[in-house]
Amino acid sequence: MLLARVIGTVVATRKDDRLVSSKLLLVRPVDVRGKLEGQATVAVDTVDAGVGETVLVVNGSSARMVAQLKDCPVDAAIVGIVDTVTVHTESAASSRPRG
Amino acid sequence: MQLARVVGTVVATRKDPQLDGGKLLLLQPLTPEGTSTGRPLVAVDSVGSGVGEYVFFVRGREASYPFLPARVPTDAAVVGIVDSWSLASGAVGPP
Repeated sequence: MLLARVIGTVVATRKDDRLVSSKLLLVRPVDVRGKLEGQATVAVDTVDAGVGETVLVVNGSSARMVAQLKDCPVDAAIVGIVDTVTVHTESAASSRPRG
Repeated sequence: MQLARVVGTVVATRKDPQLDGGKLLLLQPLTPEGTSTGRPLVAVDSVGSGVGEYVFFVRGREASYPFLPARVPTDAAVVGIVDSWSLASGAVGPP
């Protein structure tokens, strides 16, 4: 799973029937310090995340393991809202992702 | 599957119910030489590993298989704790 920041929302009136009532969010991966990096993607929110929050994103067919996404045409799902990320380096630094 | 080192932990109170009780670990993938490669990722632990240990992990849909019959939505899971590895060059890990 990747750490990512919710950077926006997506509205699509016409979409696959299985995506009706799914909440779509724009997410962009972040590093362990919370810095944005990489490409933004669209993910289905399953945990009521909001813009600005740091989340866990599952990619690929694993996204369909979420109960409500069984047989849905999705390849990315938000499955958790991150409270803290603790990095144990030589200096035992601890960081709280911004946002 | 790929070698990695457990470099941290992630706490998420609000998460998919199937992830409840799971341990979320921050992994840094490693080359066979033991140097970091690629970006860190979050994996679910299935073998009782912890910070500082060398492990191997599986990516993709198979990452949820250790937890069957539960349908755990994860694309990365730690499936082994590495005691040591060796290369044809004679090098041995962990470094």
